[in-house]
Amino acid sequence: MRRYIARRVAAFVATLFVVSVLVFVVVRVLPGDPALVIIGPEGSPEAAARLREALGLNRPILVQYGEWLSRAVRGDLGVSLQYDVPVGRLILSRLPVTVPLTLMSAALMAVTALPLGLYAARRHRRIGDYLAMVVSQIGIAIPGFWAGLLLILLFSVHLGWVQSGGFAGWSSGLWPGVRSLLLPAIALGLFQTAVLVRATRSSVLDVLREDYVRTARAKGVSELAVLAKHTLRNAMIPIVTVAGLQLAQLMAGAIILESVFALPGLGRLALGAITARDLPVVQGVTLFVASTIVLINFAVDLLYVVLDPRIRYE
Amino acid sequence: MRRRPLRHLTFTLGAAITALLIATAALSLVYTPQDPLAMSITGRLQGPSGAHLFGTDQYGRDLLSRVMTGTITSIAVGVIAVGLGAAIGVLIGIASGYVGGWIDEAFMRLVDAIQGFPAILSALLFAAVFAPGIVISMVAIGIAFVPAFARLTRAGFLELRAREFVVAARALGARDRRLIARHILPNTLAPLIVQATTSFPVAILAEAGLAYLGLGTQPPHPSWGLMLREAQSFLSMNPWYAVFPGGAIALTVLGLNLLGDGLRDLLDPKTA
Repeated sequence: MRRYIARRVAAFVATLFVVSVLVFVVVRVLPGDPALVIIGPEGSPEAAARLREALGLNRPILVQYGEWLSRAVRGDLGVSLQYDVPVGRLILSRLPVTVPLTLMSAALMAVTALPLGLYAARRHRRIGDYLAMVVSQIGIAIPGFWAGLLLILLFSVHLGWVQSGGFAGWSSGLWPGVRSLLLPAIALGLFQTAVLVRATRSSVLDVLREDYVRTARAKGVSELAVLAKHTLRNAMIPIVTVAGLQLAQLMAGAIILESVFALPGLGRLALGAITARDLPVVQGVTLFVASTIVLINFAVDLLYVVLDPRIRYE
Repeated sequence: MRRRPLRHLTFTLGAAITALLIATAALSLVYTPQDPLAMSITGRLQGPSGAHLFGTDQYGRDLLSRVMTGTITSIAVGVIAVGLGAAIGVLIGIASGYVGGWIDEAFMRLVDAIQGFPAILSALLFAAVFAPGIVISMVAIGIAFVPAFARLTRAGFLELRAREFVVAARALGARDRRLIARHILPNTLAPLIVQATTSFPVAILAEAGLAYLGLGTQPPHPSWGLMLREAQSFLSMNPWYAVFPGGAIALTVLGLNLLGDGLRDLLDPKTA
Protein backbone atom coordinates (compact mmCIF):
# COMPACT_ATOMS: atom_id res chain seq x y z
CA MET A 1 0.00 0.00 0.00
CA ARG A 2 2.82 2.39 0.90
CA ARG A 3 4.36 1.86 -2.52
CA TYR A 4 1.04 2.62 -4.20
CA ILE A 5 0.62 5.84 -2.20
CA ALA A 6 4.24 6.89 -2.77
CA ARG A 7 3.80 6.32 -6.53
CA ARG A 8 0.60 8.34 -6.60
CA VAL A 9 2.14 11.21 -4.60
CA ALA A 10 5.14 11.34 -6.98
CA ALA A 11 2.80 11.32 -9.99
CA PHE A 12 0.67 14.06 -8.38
CA VAL A 13 3.68 16.35 -7.82
CA ALA A 14 4.94 15.72 -11.38
CA THR A 15 1.47 16.46 -12.77
CA LEU A 16 1.26 19.75 -10.83
CA PHE A 17 4.65 20.69 -12.27
CA VAL A 18 3.41 20.01 -15.83
CA VAL A 19 0.23 22.05 -15.10
CA SER A 20 2.39 25.01 -14.06
CA VAL A 21 4.51 24.68 -17.23
CA LEU A 22 1.39 24.61 -19.44
CA VAL A 23 -0.12 27.72 -17.81
CA PHE A 24 3.19 29.57 -18.01
CA VAL A 25 3.79 28.62 -21.65
CA VAL A 26 0.32 29.77 -22.76
CA VAL A 27 0.45 33.10 -20.91
CA ARG A 28 4.12 34.05 -21.19
CA VAL A 29 5.51 32.25 -24.25
CA LEU A 30 2.74 31.74 -26.84
CA PRO A 31 1.76 35.43 -27.24
CA GLY A 32 5.37 36.39 -27.98
CA ASP A 33 5.26 39.56 -25.92
CA PRO A 34 2.78 39.49 -23.00
CA ALA A 35 3.32 43.25 -22.46
CA LEU A 36 1.68 43.95 -25.83
CA VAL A 37 -1.28 41.72 -24.86
CA ILE A 38 -1.74 43.65 -21.63
CA ILE A 39 -1.51 47.20 -22.99
CA GLY A 40 -3.36 46.33 -26.21
CA PRO A 41 -2.99 47.80 -29.70
CA GLU A 42 -3.53 51.38 -28.45
CA GLY A 43 -0.50 51.32 -26.09
CA SER A 44 2.75 53.11 -27.01
CA PRO A 45 6.08 51.26 -27.43
CA GLU A 46 7.45 53.21 -24.43
CA ALA A 47 4.59 52.03 -22.22
CA ALA A 48 5.18 48.44 -23.39
CA ALA A 49 8.89 48.76 -22.55
CA ARG A 50 8.09 50.09 -19.06
CA LEU A 51 5.62 47.28 -18.46
CA ARG A 52 8.14 44.70 -19.70
CA GLU A 53 10.66 46.07 -17.19
CA ALA A 54 8.13 46.19 -14.33
CA LEU A 55 6.93 42.61 -14.90
CA GLY A 56 10.47 41.27 -15.41
CA LEU A 57 9.70 40.13 -18.95
CA ASN A 58 13.18 41.13 -20.20
CA ARG A 59 14.88 38.30 -18.34
CA PRO A 60 15.51 34.82 -19.80
CA ILE A 61 12.31 32.77 -19.96
CA LEU A 62 13.62 29.99 -17.69
CA VAL A 63 14.54 32.53 -15.01
CA GLN A 64 11.05 34.03 -15.29
CA TYR A 65 9.47 30.58 -14.93
CA GLY A 66 11.66 29.64 -11.95
CA GLU A 67 10.78 32.85 -10.11
CA TRP A 68 7.08 32.62 -10.94
CA LEU A 69 6.91 28.98 -9.80
CA SER A 70 8.79 29.55 -6.55
CA ARG A 71 6.47 32.46 -5.70
CA ALA A 72 3.36 30.49 -6.74
CA VAL A 73 4.35 27.58 -4.49
CA ARG A 74 4.40 30.06 -1.58
CA GLY A 75 0.93 31.32 -2.55
CA ASP A 76 2.14 34.50 -4.28
CA LEU A 77 0.41 34.58 -7.68
CA GLY A 78 1.36 38.16 -8.51
CA VAL A 79 -0.63 41.39 -8.36
CA SER A 80 -3.81 42.12 -10.31
CA LEU A 81 -3.27 44.89 -12.88
CA GLN A 82 -6.95 45.81 -12.69
CA TYR A 83 -7.49 45.89 -8.90
CA ASP A 84 -3.87 46.38 -7.72
CA VAL A 85 -4.27 43.73 -5.01
CA PRO A 86 -2.59 40.31 -4.74
CA VAL A 87 -4.17 37.72 -7.07
CA GLY A 88 -4.18 35.16 -4.24
CA ARG A 89 -6.33 37.46 -2.11
CA LEU A 90 -8.74 38.04 -5.04
CA ILE A 91 -9.10 34.28 -5.54
CA LEU A 92 -9.71 33.73 -1.81
CA SER A 93 -12.38 36.45 -1.82
CA ARG A 94 -14.30 34.61 -4.60
CA LEU A 95 -14.10 31.12 -3.09
CA PRO A 96 -17.07 31.63 -0.70
CA VAL A 97 -19.25 31.63 -3.84
CA THR A 98 -17.61 29.04 -6.10
CA VAL A 99 -16.83 26.39 -3.46
CA PRO A 100 -20.31 26.30 -1.83
CA LEU A 101 -21.90 26.30 -5.31
CA THR A 102 -19.76 23.32 -6.35
CA LEU A 103 -20.35 21.46 -3.07
CA MET A 104 -24.11 22.09 -3.07
CA SER A 105 -24.26 20.81 -6.60
CA ALA A 106 -22.19 17.74 -5.68
CA ALA A 107 -24.46 17.07 -2.68
CA LEU A 108 -27.59 17.33 -4.85
CA MET A 109 -25.90 15.02 -7.36
CA ALA A 110 -25.07 12.40 -4.72
CA VAL A 111 -28.46 12.36 -2.98
CA THR A 112 -30.33 12.14 -6.29
CA ALA A 113 -28.10 10.00 -8.47
CA LEU A 114 -27.16 7.20 -6.09
CA PRO A 115 -30.74 6.22 -5.06
CA LEU A 116 -32.01 6.64 -8.64
CA GLY A 117 -29.18 4.55 -10.10
CA LEU A 118 -29.68 1.88 -7.45
CA TYR A 119 -33.43 1.88 -8.10
CA ALA A 120 -32.90 1.55 -11.87
CA ALA A 121 -30.51 -1.39 -11.37
CA ARG A 122 -32.93 -3.15 -9.02
CA ARG A 123 -35.71 -2.65 -11.59
CA HIS A 124 -33.53 -3.75 -14.50
CA ARG A 125 -35.46 -3.88 -17.80
CA ARG A 126 -38.69 -2.89 -16.08
CA ILE A 127 -40.64 0.34 -16.44
CA GLY A 128 -38.82 2.08 -13.55
CA ASP A 129 -35.45 1.34 -15.13
CA TYR A 130 -36.52 2.62 -18.56
CA LEU A 131 -38.01 5.76 -16.98
CA ALA A 132 -34.81 6.48 -15.04
CA MET A 133 -32.76 5.99 -18.22
CA VAL A 134 -34.99 8.32 -20.26
CA VAL A 135 -34.74 10.99 -17.54
CA SER A 136 -30.96 10.63 -17.39
CA GLN A 137 -30.66 10.80 -21.21
CA ILE A 138 -32.60 14.07 -21.14
CA GLY A 139 -30.45 15.35 -18.26
CA ILE A 140 -27.29 14.64 -20.23
CA ALA A 141 -28.66 16.41 -23.30
CA ILE A 142 -29.63 19.67 -21.56
CA PRO A 143 -26.76 22.17 -21.25
CA GLY A 144 -26.42 23.48 -17.69
CA PHE A 145 -26.63 27.12 -18.71
CA TRP A 146 -29.85 26.52 -20.66
CA ALA A 147 -31.29 24.71 -17.64
CA GLY A 148 -30.28 27.81 -15.65
CA LEU A 149 -32.11 30.10 -18.06
CA LEU A 150 -35.22 27.89 -17.96
CA LEU A 151 -35.14 27.90 -14.14
CA ILE A 152 -34.88 31.71 -14.15
CA LEU A 153 -37.75 31.84 -16.64
CA LEU A 154 -39.95 29.65 -14.42
CA PHE A 155 -39.06 30.66 -10.86
CA SER A 156 -38.10 34.28 -11.39
CA VAL A 157 -39.92 35.63 -14.46
CA HIS A 158 -43.18 33.64 -14.20
CA LEU A 159 -43.58 32.74 -10.52
CA GLY A 160 -41.51 35.57 -9.02
CA TRP A 161 -40.30 33.32 -6.17
CA VAL A 162 -36.61 34.16 -6.42
CA GLN A 163 -34.37 36.82 -7.90
CA SER A 164 -32.99 36.07 -11.35
CA GLY A 165 -29.42 36.33 -10.10
CA GLY A 166 -26.95 37.88 -7.70
CA PHE A 167 -25.55 36.61 -4.44
CA ALA A 168 -26.95 37.62 -1.03
CA GLY A 169 -23.67 36.85 0.75
CA TRP A 170 -23.08 34.85 3.91
CA SER A 171 -22.98 37.82 6.31
CA SER A 172 -26.79 38.03 6.44
CA GLY A 173 -27.11 34.36 7.45
CA LEU A 174 -26.96 30.89 5.98
CA TRP A 175 -30.36 30.75 4.28
CA PRO A 176 -30.08 33.87 2.06
CA GLY A 177 -26.74 32.56 0.77
CA VAL A 178 -28.06 29.03 0.20
CA ARG A 179 -31.18 30.47 -1.45
CA SER A 180 -29.17 32.44 -4.00
CA LEU A 181 -27.09 29.38 -4.85
CA LEU A 182 -29.95 26.86 -5.02
CA LEU A 183 -31.07 27.33 -8.63
CA PRO A 184 -27.49 27.60 -9.95
CA ALA A 185 -26.58 24.42 -8.04
CA ILE A 186 -29.52 22.52 -9.55
CA ALA A 187 -28.69 23.72 -13.08
CA LEU A 188 -25.00 22.96 -12.58
CA GLY A 189 -25.61 19.48 -11.20
CA LEU A 190 -28.20 18.34 -13.74
CA PHE A 191 -25.76 16.97 -16.32
CA GLN A 192 -23.43 15.38 -13.79
CA THR A 193 -26.36 13.83 -11.88
CA ALA A 194 -27.60 12.22 -15.07
CA VAL A 195 -24.14 10.81 -15.80
CA LEU A 196 -23.81 9.48 -12.24
CA VAL A 197 -27.23 7.80 -12.40
CA ARG A 198 -26.05 5.83 -15.43
CA ALA A 199 -22.69 5.01 -13.84
CA THR A 200 -24.36 3.86 -10.59
CA ARG A 201 -26.88 1.73 -12.45
CA SER A 202 -24.27 0.05 -14.60
CA SER A 203 -21.88 -0.56 -11.68
CA VAL A 204 -24.60 -1.96 -9.39
CA LEU A 205 -25.88 -4.19 -12.25
CA ASP A 206 -22.36 -5.61 -12.70
CA VAL A 207 -22.08 -6.45 -8.99
CA LEU A 208 -25.62 -7.87 -8.75
CA ARG A 209 -24.58 -10.48 -11.36
CA GLU A 210 -21.65 -11.68 -9.22
CA ASP A 211 -21.67 -15.15 -7.67
CA TYR A 212 -21.20 -13.86 -4.12
CA VAL A 213 -24.43 -11.86 -4.36
CA ARG A 214 -26.30 -14.97 -5.50
CA THR A 215 -24.70 -16.92 -2.65
CA ALA A 216 -25.71 -14.27 -0.10
CA ARG A 217 -29.29 -14.38 -1.38
CA ALA A 218 -29.28 -18.19 -1.33
CA LYS A 219 -28.16 -18.09 2.30
CA GLY A 220 -31.25 -16.05 3.08
CA VAL A 221 -29.56 -12.69 3.67
CA SER A 222 -32.17 -9.92 3.55
CA GLU A 223 -32.36 -7.89 0.33
CA LEU A 224 -31.43 -4.72 2.23
CA ALA A 225 -28.27 -6.36 3.58
CA VAL A 226 -27.43 -7.76 0.14
CA LEU A 227 -27.68 -4.27 -1.31
CA ALA A 228 -25.98 -2.35 1.50
CA LYS A 229 -23.25 -4.80 2.53
CA HIS A 230 -22.51 -6.89 -0.53
CA THR A 231 -23.46 -4.77 -3.51
CA LEU A 232 -22.98 -1.09 -2.76
CA ARG A 233 -19.52 -1.33 -1.25
CA ASN A 234 -18.18 -3.23 -4.24
CA ALA A 235 -20.07 -1.07 -6.70
CA MET A 236 -18.64 2.07 -5.11
CA ILE A 237 -15.19 1.85 -6.77
CA PRO A 238 -16.31 2.80 -10.29
CA ILE A 239 -18.96 5.13 -8.84
CA VAL A 240 -16.34 7.03 -6.83
CA THR A 241 -14.16 7.30 -9.94
CA VAL A 242 -16.99 8.87 -11.92
CA ALA A 243 -18.10 11.06 -8.99
CA GLY A 244 -14.53 12.33 -8.51
CA LEU A 245 -14.27 13.29 -12.16
CA GLN A 246 -17.74 14.86 -11.91
CA LEU A 247 -16.65 17.02 -8.96
CA ALA A 248 -13.81 18.39 -11.09
CA GLN A 249 -16.25 19.04 -13.95
CA LEU A 250 -18.64 20.80 -11.55
CA MET A 251 -15.88 23.20 -10.57
CA ALA A 252 -15.31 24.05 -14.24
CA GLY A 253 -19.05 24.19 -14.96
CA ALA A 254 -19.49 26.66 -12.10
CA ILE A 255 -17.67 29.22 -14.27
CA ILE A 256 -20.57 29.21 -16.77
CA LEU A 257 -23.36 29.09 -14.18
CA GLU A 258 -21.83 32.05 -12.32
CA SER A 259 -22.32 34.03 -15.51
CA VAL A 260 -25.94 32.90 -15.94
CA PHE A 261 -26.86 33.86 -12.37
CA ALA A 262 -24.49 36.86 -12.02
CA LEU A 263 -22.65 35.29 -9.07
CA PRO A 264 -19.37 36.93 -8.00
CA GLY A 265 -17.25 33.75 -8.07
CA LEU A 266 -13.99 32.63 -9.63
CA GLY A 267 -15.44 32.32 -13.13
CA ARG A 268 -16.71 35.89 -13.21
CA LEU A 269 -13.36 37.04 -11.84
CA ALA A 270 -11.55 35.32 -14.73
CA LEU A 271 -14.00 36.57 -17.38
CA GLY A 272 -13.70 40.13 -16.08
CA ALA A 273 -9.93 39.76 -16.13
CA ILE A 274 -10.00 38.75 -19.82
CA THR A 275 -11.93 41.90 -20.71
CA ALA A 276 -9.50 44.00 -18.65
CA ARG A 277 -6.46 42.12 -20.08
CA ASP A 278 -5.45 41.34 -16.50
CA LEU A 279 -3.08 38.46 -17.33
CA PRO A 280 -1.86 37.78 -13.75
CA VAL A 281 -5.46 37.15 -12.63
CA VAL A 282 -6.24 34.84 -15.58
CA GLN A 283 -2.97 33.02 -14.99
CA GLY A 284 -3.64 32.73 -11.25
CA VAL A 285 -7.25 31.55 -11.59
CA THR A 286 -6.45 28.93 -14.26
CA LEU A 287 -3.48 27.64 -12.26
CA PHE A 288 -5.64 27.46 -9.14
CA VAL A 289 -8.60 25.69 -10.80
CA ALA A 290 -6.42 23.26 -12.80
CA SER A 291 -4.39 22.40 -9.67
CA THR A 292 -7.61 21.84 -7.71
CA ILE A 293 -8.90 19.48 -10.40
CA VAL A 294 -5.60 17.56 -10.35
CA LEU A 295 -5.85 17.45 -6.54
CA ILE A 296 -9.39 16.03 -6.71
CA ASN A 297 -8.22 13.33 -9.16
CA PHE A 298 -5.35 12.53 -6.76
CA ALA A 299 -7.77 12.29 -3.83
CA VAL A 300 -9.92 9.86 -5.86
CA ASP A 301 -6.82 7.71 -6.46
CA LEU A 302 -6.14 7.60 -2.71
CA LEU A 303 -9.77 6.79 -1.96
CA TYR A 304 -9.34 3.57 -3.94
CA VAL A 305 -7.07 2.34 -1.15
CA VAL A 306 -9.90 2.72 1.34
CA LEU A 307 -12.52 1.18 -0.93
CA ASP A 308 -10.55 -1.62 -2.58
CA PRO A 309 -8.56 -3.91 -0.26
CA ARG A 310 -6.84 -5.50 -3.27
CA ILE A 311 -4.81 -2.28 -3.65
CA ARG A 312 -4.10 -2.19 0.10
CA TYR A 313 -2.50 -5.64 0.08
CA GLU A 314 -0.83 -5.31 -3.32
CA MET B 1 -24.10 -13.32 -33.82
CA ARG B 2 -23.92 -9.78 -35.20
CA ARG B 3 -26.82 -7.49 -34.32
CA ARG B 4 -28.70 -5.71 -37.05
CA PRO B 5 -28.20 -1.95 -36.51
CA LEU B 6 -31.66 -0.88 -37.63
CA ARG B 7 -33.37 -3.26 -35.17
CA HIS B 8 -31.54 -1.58 -32.31
CA LEU B 9 -33.95 1.09 -31.02
CA THR B 10 -31.36 3.39 -29.42
CA PHE B 11 -29.14 3.30 -32.50
CA THR B 12 -32.04 3.86 -34.91
CA LEU B 13 -33.47 6.78 -32.93
CA GLY B 14 -30.01 8.34 -32.56
CA ALA B 15 -29.24 7.84 -36.25
CA ALA B 16 -32.59 9.41 -37.23
CA ILE B 17 -32.03 12.53 -35.09
CA THR B 18 -28.44 12.82 -36.32
CA ALA B 19 -29.62 12.47 -39.93
CA LEU B 20 -32.11 15.27 -39.28
CA LEU B 21 -29.28 17.41 -37.89
CA ILE B 22 -27.06 16.81 -40.92
CA ALA B 23 -29.98 17.39 -43.30
CA THR B 24 -30.76 20.70 -41.55
CA ALA B 25 -27.14 21.78 -41.80
CA ALA B 26 -27.01 20.84 -45.50
CA LEU B 27 -30.33 22.57 -46.20
CA SER B 28 -29.23 25.74 -44.44
CA LEU B 29 -26.33 26.02 -46.90
CA VAL B 30 -28.77 26.45 -49.79
CA TYR B 31 -32.01 27.53 -48.15
CA THR B 32 -33.21 29.27 -45.00
CA PRO B 33 -36.74 30.72 -44.68
CA GLN B 34 -35.17 34.19 -44.40
CA ASP B 35 -31.70 35.74 -44.43
CA PRO B 36 -30.32 34.86 -40.94
CA LEU B 37 -28.48 38.21 -40.81
CA ALA B 38 -31.32 40.43 -42.13
CA MET B 39 -32.56 42.84 -39.45
CA SER B 40 -35.99 44.40 -39.07
CA ILE B 41 -36.61 47.25 -36.62
CA THR B 42 -40.36 46.75 -36.70
CA GLY B 43 -40.26 42.99 -36.15
CA ARG B 44 -38.14 42.73 -33.00
CA LEU B 45 -38.60 40.08 -30.28
CA GLN B 46 -41.72 38.54 -31.80
CA GLY B 47 -43.06 35.20 -30.61
CA PRO B 48 -43.66 32.29 -33.00
CA SER B 49 -45.96 33.14 -35.90
CA GLY B 50 -46.69 32.07 -39.47
CA ALA B 51 -44.08 34.51 -40.79
CA HIS B 52 -41.47 33.52 -38.20
CA LEU B 53 -42.00 29.97 -36.92
CA PHE B 54 -39.50 30.41 -34.05
CA GLY B 55 -40.08 34.17 -33.64
CA THR B 56 -37.43 36.89 -33.94
CA ASP B 57 -34.51 38.21 -31.90
CA GLN B 58 -33.75 41.72 -30.61
CA TYR B 59 -32.71 42.86 -34.11
CA GLY B 60 -35.76 41.35 -35.77
CA ARG B 61 -33.72 38.50 -37.28
CA ASP B 62 -35.58 35.27 -38.03
CA LEU B 63 -34.76 32.76 -35.27
CA LEU B 64 -35.59 29.64 -37.31
CA SER B 65 -33.09 30.69 -39.99
CA ARG B 66 -30.48 31.44 -37.33
CA VAL B 67 -31.07 28.15 -35.51
CA MET B 68 -30.73 26.33 -38.86
CA THR B 69 -27.47 28.13 -39.69
CA GLY B 70 -26.19 27.54 -36.17
CA THR B 71 -26.26 23.80 -36.93
CA ILE B 72 -23.27 24.25 -39.24
CA THR B 73 -21.28 26.02 -36.52
CA SER B 74 -22.01 23.22 -34.06
CA ILE B 75 -21.13 20.44 -36.49
CA ALA B 76 -17.96 22.21 -37.69
CA VAL B 77 -16.68 22.87 -34.18
CA GLY B 78 -17.62 19.33 -33.11
CA VAL B 79 -15.87 17.63 -36.03
CA ILE B 80 -12.71 19.74 -35.86
CA ALA B 81 -12.42 19.62 -32.06
CA VAL B 82 -12.93 15.85 -31.87
CA GLY B 83 -10.55 15.37 -34.84
CA LEU B 84 -7.90 17.50 -33.14
CA GLY B 85 -8.30 15.74 -29.78
CA ALA B 86 -8.24 12.33 -31.48
CA ALA B 87 -5.16 13.11 -33.59
CA ILE B 88 -3.08 14.40 -30.68
CA GLY B 89 -4.44 11.82 -28.23
CA VAL B 90 -3.80 8.86 -30.54
CA LEU B 91 -0.24 10.03 -31.25
CA ILE B 92 0.46 10.36 -27.51
CA GLY B 93 -1.20 7.00 -26.87
CA ILE B 94 0.92 5.29 -29.55
CA ALA B 95 4.15 6.77 -28.17
CA SER B 96 3.19 5.81 -24.61
CA GLY B 97 1.87 2.33 -25.27
CA TYR B 98 4.34 1.23 -27.93
CA VAL B 99 7.59 2.74 -26.67
CA GLY B 100 6.84 2.50 -22.92
CA GLY B 101 9.47 3.33 -20.29
CA TRP B 102 10.15 6.94 -19.36
CA ILE B 103 8.43 8.21 -22.51
CA ASP B 104 5.22 6.52 -21.31
CA GLU B 105 5.68 8.01 -17.84
CA ALA B 106 6.32 11.53 -19.20
CA PHE B 107 3.37 11.44 -21.60
CA MET B 108 1.05 10.11 -18.91
CA ARG B 109 1.96 13.02 -16.62
CA LEU B 110 1.24 15.37 -19.54
CA VAL B 111 -2.13 13.66 -20.02
CA ASP B 112 -2.89 13.91 -16.27
CA ALA B 113 -2.02 17.61 -16.43
CA ILE B 114 -4.20 18.21 -19.50
CA GLN B 115 -7.05 16.55 -17.61
CA GLY B 116 -6.81 19.50 -15.21
CA PHE B 117 -7.89 21.78 -18.07
CA PRO B 118 -11.53 21.28 -19.04
CA ALA B 119 -12.42 23.09 -22.28
CA ILE B 120 -13.69 26.13 -20.42
CA LEU B 121 -10.43 26.63 -18.55
CA SER B 122 -8.25 26.30 -21.66
CA ALA B 123 -10.60 28.69 -23.46
CA LEU B 124 -10.25 31.24 -20.63
CA LEU B 125 -6.49 30.97 -20.86
CA PHE B 126 -6.36 31.25 -24.67
CA ALA B 127 -8.95 34.05 -24.81
CA ALA B 128 -6.81 36.12 -22.43
CA VAL B 129 -3.84 35.90 -24.78
CA PHE B 130 -5.49 35.74 -28.21
CA ALA B 131 -8.80 37.26 -29.33
CA PRO B 132 -11.82 35.10 -28.38
CA GLY B 133 -13.29 33.30 -31.39
CA ILE B 134 -14.36 30.04 -32.96
CA VAL B 135 -10.75 28.83 -33.38
CA ILE B 136 -10.18 29.15 -29.63
CA SER B 137 -13.33 27.07 -29.11
CA MET B 138 -12.09 24.31 -31.38
CA VAL B 139 -8.59 24.19 -29.89
CA ALA B 140 -9.75 24.36 -26.25
CA ILE B 141 -12.40 21.66 -26.74
CA GLY B 142 -9.99 19.52 -28.75
CA ILE B 143 -7.34 19.69 -26.02
CA ALA B 144 -9.90 18.57 -23.44
CA PHE B 145 -10.45 15.36 -25.47
CA VAL B 146 -6.75 14.45 -25.67
CA PRO B 147 -6.59 12.47 -22.38
CA ALA B 148 -9.46 10.12 -23.27
CA PHE B 149 -8.06 9.27 -26.72
CA ALA B 150 -4.49 8.97 -25.39
CA ARG B 151 -5.51 6.58 -22.58
CA LEU B 152 -7.65 4.40 -24.87
CA THR B 153 -4.91 4.11 -27.50
CA ARG B 154 -2.24 3.43 -24.89
CA ALA B 155 -4.36 0.71 -23.29
CA GLY B 156 -4.92 -0.92 -26.68
CA PHE B 157 -1.22 -0.81 -27.55
CA LEU B 158 -0.16 -2.17 -24.13
CA GLU B 159 -2.55 -5.08 -24.58
CA LEU B 160 -1.69 -5.85 -28.20
CA ARG B 161 2.06 -5.25 -28.48
CA ALA B 162 2.94 -8.60 -26.88
CA ARG B 163 0.24 -10.63 -28.67
CA GLU B 164 1.27 -13.50 -30.93
CA PHE B 165 0.30 -11.89 -34.23
CA VAL B 166 2.39 -8.81 -33.44
CA VAL B 167 5.36 -10.90 -32.28
CA ALA B 168 5.02 -13.03 -35.42
CA ALA B 169 4.93 -9.97 -37.68
CA ARG B 170 8.02 -8.60 -35.94
CA ALA B 171 9.81 -11.96 -36.34
CA LEU B 172 9.01 -11.83 -40.04
CA GLY B 173 10.86 -8.53 -40.26
CA ALA B 174 8.06 -5.95 -39.94
CA ARG B 175 9.39 -2.57 -38.83
CA ASP B 176 7.89 -0.42 -36.07
CA ARG B 177 5.94 1.81 -38.43
CA ARG B 178 4.34 -1.18 -40.17
CA LEU B 179 3.62 -2.92 -36.88
CA ILE B 180 1.88 0.18 -35.56
CA ALA B 181 -0.02 1.16 -38.69
CA ARG B 182 -0.98 -2.27 -40.08
CA HIS B 183 -1.16 -4.58 -37.10
CA ILE B 184 -1.84 -2.77 -33.81
CA LEU B 185 -3.69 0.48 -34.60
CA PRO B 186 -6.48 -1.10 -36.70
CA ASN B 187 -7.24 -3.42 -33.77
CA THR B 188 -7.66 -0.49 -31.37
CA LEU B 189 -10.05 1.40 -33.65
CA ALA B 190 -13.42 0.18 -32.30
CA PRO B 191 -13.17 1.88 -28.87
CA LEU B 192 -11.69 4.97 -30.53
CA ILE B 193 -14.67 5.23 -32.88
CA VAL B 194 -17.05 4.92 -29.94
CA GLN B 195 -15.04 7.55 -28.05
CA ALA B 196 -15.24 9.91 -31.05
CA THR B 197 -19.00 9.41 -31.26
CA THR B 198 -19.53 10.04 -27.56
CA SER B 199 -17.15 13.04 -27.63
CA PHE B 200 -19.07 14.75 -30.42
CA PRO B 201 -22.13 15.75 -28.33
CA VAL B 202 -19.82 16.85 -25.51
CA ALA B 203 -18.04 19.10 -28.03
CA ILE B 204 -21.35 20.60 -29.13
CA LEU B 205 -22.30 21.32 -25.50
CA ALA B 206 -18.88 22.84 -24.87
CA GLU B 207 -19.07 25.02 -28.00
CA ALA B 208 -22.45 26.33 -26.92
CA GLY B 209 -21.11 27.02 -23.41
CA LEU B 210 -18.06 28.89 -24.68
CA ALA B 211 -20.14 30.92 -27.14
CA TYR B 212 -22.53 31.74 -24.27
CA LEU B 213 -19.61 33.11 -22.25
CA GLY B 214 -18.40 35.17 -25.22
CA LEU B 215 -15.22 33.11 -25.56
CA GLY B 216 -16.24 31.20 -28.70
CA THR B 217 -18.17 32.10 -31.85
CA GLN B 218 -18.55 35.87 -32.15
CA PRO B 219 -21.53 37.93 -33.41
CA PRO B 220 -23.07 38.22 -35.95
CA HIS B 221 -22.36 34.53 -36.76
CA PRO B 222 -25.24 32.36 -35.61
CA SER B 223 -24.31 29.98 -32.81
CA TRP B 224 -26.81 28.36 -30.48
CA GLY B 225 -24.81 29.31 -27.38
CA LEU B 226 -24.45 32.89 -28.57
CA MET B 227 -28.20 33.10 -29.19
CA LEU B 228 -28.84 31.98 -25.61
CA ARG B 229 -26.40 34.62 -24.34
CA GLU B 230 -28.36 37.30 -26.19
CA ALA B 231 -31.74 35.79 -25.23
CA GLN B 232 -31.01 36.09 -21.51
CA SER B 233 -31.50 39.86 -21.59
CA PHE B 234 -34.96 39.46 -23.10
CA LEU B 235 -36.34 36.54 -21.11
CA SER B 236 -39.39 38.44 -19.88
CA MET B 237 -40.14 39.99 -23.30
CA ASN B 238 -39.77 36.92 -25.52
CA PRO B 239 -39.19 33.63 -23.62
CA TRP B 240 -39.26 31.68 -26.91
CA TYR B 241 -35.98 33.32 -27.84
CA ALA B 242 -34.29 31.17 -25.18
CA VAL B 243 -36.36 28.06 -25.79
CA PHE B 244 -35.59 27.26 -29.44
CA PRO B 245 -31.78 27.51 -29.55
CA GLY B 246 -31.55 25.57 -26.25
CA GLY B 247 -34.00 22.99 -27.60
CA ALA B 248 -31.84 22.61 -30.72
CA ILE B 249 -28.77 21.91 -28.55
CA ALA B 250 -30.66 19.42 -26.38
CA LEU B 251 -32.16 17.55 -29.36
CA THR B 252 -28.80 17.36 -31.14
CA VAL B 253 -26.97 16.13 -28.04
CA LEU B 254 -29.74 13.62 -27.31
CA GLY B 255 -29.55 12.22 -30.85
CA LEU B 256 -25.76 11.96 -30.83
CA ASN B 257 -25.75 10.36 -27.36
CA LEU B 258 -28.29 7.76 -28.45
CA LEU B 259 -26.24 7.09 -31.58
CA GLY B 260 -23.09 6.70 -29.47
CA ASP B 261 -24.80 4.37 -27.00
CA GLY B 262 -26.23 2.29 -29.83
CA LEU B 263 -22.88 2.13 -31.61
CA ARG B 264 -21.17 1.04 -28.39
CA ASP B 265 -23.70 -1.76 -27.95
CA LEU B 266 -23.28 -2.87 -31.55
CA LEU B 267 -19.47 -2.76 -31.54
CA ASP B 268 -18.97 -4.26 -28.08
CA PRO B 269 -18.35 -8.00 -28.50
CA LYS B 270 -19.65 -8.62 -24.95
CA THR B 271 -23.13 -7.39 -25.86
CA ALA B 272 -23.20 -8.48 -29.51
